[in-house]
Amino acid sequence: MTASALPPALPPAARGGIAGALSDALWRRPRLLLFLMLAPPLLWLGIIYLGSLFSLLAQSFFSIDEFSGLITYEWTLKTYGELLHPANLDIILRTVVMAGAVTLGAAVVAFPIAYYAARYATGKWKALFYLGAMLPLWSSYLVKIYAWKLILAKEGILNWIFEQLHLTPLLEAYLALPLVGGNSLSVSYTGTFLVFLYVWLPYMILPTQAALERVPSSMLEASADLGGSPAQTFRHVLLPLALPGIVAGSIFTFSLTLGDYIIPQIIGSSRLFIGQAVYAHQGTAGNIPLAAAFSVVPIVIMGFYLWMAKRKGAFDAI
Amino acid sequence: MTTAVEFSSVARHFGSVRAVDGVDLAIREGEFFAMLGPSGSGKTTCLRLIAGFEQQTAGHIAIFGETVDGIPPYRRSINTVFQDYALFPHLNVADNVAYGPMIRGVAKAERLKAAEEALELVRLPGYGSRRPSELSGGQRQRVALARALVNKPRVLLLDEPLGALDLKLREKMQDELKSLQRTLGITFVFVTHDQGEALSMADRVAVFNEGRIVQVGTPEEIYRTPKSRFVADFVGSSNVLPPDMVEKLGGPRRWASLRPEAIRIVGTGRQAKVLDHSFLGASMRVSLDLDGHALNALLPGNDAAPATGSTVGIEWDAGALHPLEDEAS
Repeated sequence: MTASALPPALPPAARGGIAGALSDALWRRPRLLLFLMLAPPLLWLGIIYLGSLFSLLAQSFFSIDEFSGLITYEWTLKTYGELLHPANLDIILRTVVMAGAVTLGAAVVAFPIAYYAARYATGKWKALFYLGAMLPLWSSYLVKIYAWKLILAKEGILNWIFEQLHLTPLLEAYLALPLVGGNSLSVSYTGTFLVFLYVWLPYMILPTQAALERVPSSMLEASADLGGSPAQTFRHVLLPLALPGIVAGSIFTFSLTLGDYIIPQIIGSSRLFIGQAVYAHQGTAGNIPLAAAFSVVPIVIMGFYLWMAKRKGAFDAI
Repeated sequence: MTTAVEFSSVARHFGSVRAVDGVDLAIREGEFFAMLGPSGSGKTTCLRLIAGFEQQTAGHIAIFGETVDGIPPYRRSINTVFQDYALFPHLNVADNVAYGPMIRGVAKAERLKAAEEALELVRLPGYGSRRPSELSGGQRQRVALARALVNKPRVLLLDEPLGALDLKLREKMQDELKSLQRTLGITFVFVTHDQGEALSMADRVAVFNEGRIVQVGTPEEIYRTPKSRFVADFVGSSNVLPPDMVEKLGGPRRWASLRPEAIRIVGTGRQAKVLDHSFLGASMRVSLDLDGHALNALLPGNDAAPATGSTVGIEWDAGALHPLEDEAS
C-alpha cells in the first residue's frame, strides 16, 4: 500500500495562548481542577455554615443569669434542663407531632402524583407535571400563607363552599372537635397542618418521583407474574423500592416543619412551635442560650430520625 | 397431545402500529418452543400476551384449553424469565426465589426450603443470602430461572434469556436450559432474535416477521426448507437467488435459496470470481461473484483459501437449490 493513496491526516485542533496552556495543565492534573472547583463551596460550608452552627451549639451550653439577664460564659447543662419544663416540652411535642403529621400527609398526597408522573406522563405531560410541582416554589412564601389565610378564614372561600353545598354543619362539627378544631380553620391546628402540607409538598413529590422513575416496569411485571395482586405488588415491591425517595422527601418535610416559625404564627392557634420559641428567646427575651438549646432539638430529632430510617432499611434499595 | 397455548387470529395493535397482526399458533404441552424474529417482529408482544402483560385487541388466547381473555397475569399459572431478569434489588436471593410462595401465603420455613431446592436445581446452592447485585450476569439468570420454576408453572416463558450473556456462557446455558426442560417436562416458550439459539434449543420454531408468523416447523424444516425469502435470509443467512438466475441455473422460474455450505469449490463447474474471504475457525466464508450476483460460500476451515480476485469453479448438489413460495415478479 502506498502512502500517497491516503489523504493527508487532519492536524489536531490548534489552541494556543494562555487558555490553551491552562486547559492542558488542568487536563494533566485532574485533582487540581477538582480542588479548584470544590475549594470555594467547601470554604463557605466549613467556615460560614459549620462555624455558625458550632458557635450556636456552644451557646446552648452557657446559661443566663436570671437577675441581670446577662449570659454567664460557663459550661453548664442548666439551659438544657430548662427545655424539660412542661411549657417547653409542650412546644417540642407540639412541633414534633405536627412535623410527623405533615410528613405522613405529604407522603400520602405525593405518592399518587409522583407515581403518575414517573410511570405514565411523557413529553408535554411530564413538563406540565414538573411545572405544576415547582410552581408553588416560585411565588413568595408569605403571599402563599396569606392566600391560605383567606381560604381558611371564617369569611373565607372554604366556608363559602361548605355553605353552598349545605355542609356547614359538617364543618362546624369538625371544628368542635378537641385539638384539631377551633374557632375557624385559620386558627386551628388543622389550618396549620394544611398550609404546611401545601408549602412543603413539592419537596416530597420530587424525590418520590425520582425514586419511582428508577423502578423498571419489569420489576412490577415480575411481581404480577409471580402471583402478586396489585396491592401485594405495592406492598412488597413498589413501596420498598420507592422508600429511599419517600424518606428523602420526608427529611425535607419533617425538618422544614420542625424549623418553621412563620406559618404557625400566621395560621393556627397562637400556641408556640420550636421555631417561634427560638425566635422569641433570641429576640425580645434576649435568652440566646435557651434559643440555642431549642434549635439543637430539631438537629437531635433529625439525627435520630435518620438513624431509625437506616436501621429500618429505608436506604437498602439505593 | 394437549395444546398448552393456543392463539386464534390474535392481534395486538398499539394505535396504528400492528405489533401482532392475526397470529394463529398452537404450542404443544411439554415442547421447547422458540419464537424467532428480528426486533419489532411481534415475537415479544406474543410472549407478553401469553403472560398477560398485554391484552390482545382481537382474537382469543387459550392456555390448556381455558380462555385467558381478560385474565390478569397474577391469575395465570405461567411464569416468566425476564430479559433483564427483574430480580428485586431489596431482597436477597432466597427471598427473591421465595417471592411466589410468599405471595401465596406459604410459611416462611417451608418457602425458604422450596427456594433452596430451586436454587439447587439451577446449580446455585448456598447462594440464598447474597444480594442480586453481588451476582454475575449468568448467576442472576439462574436465580431468575429458579424464581420462576419454584412456582411449578405449566408454561415457562423466557424473553431473550441468553441475550445478555457472553458467548461461552450462552452455549453452556443453552445446554442447561435444554436438559432442564427435558427433566421437568414443562412447556418452555422462548423468544430470541438469534437463529442459532432457536435452532439448537427448540423442538419447534415459529419465525415472525412484521407481526405475523411466516413459518412454523422443526429446526431442520425451517433451515432446510424455508418457505420464503425472509426465512431463508433470516435463518442461517442463505443465498437468495432471483427467478431469472434460478432459471439460468436449471431450476424453475422462482426465487430460490442456496445454503452457503452447499457450495463447493471444484476445478471445473460454473465460473465465479472470488471477492474476499474470511477465516472463521472451523470454516471459511468466501464471497463470490457469479454472473453479477453476490454469493456466500462456507468452506471447511482446513481448505486452502482461494486467492482474492481469482476465478474458481463452483458446484452444488442438484437438490441444494431450494425453490421458495414467494411470487416470481
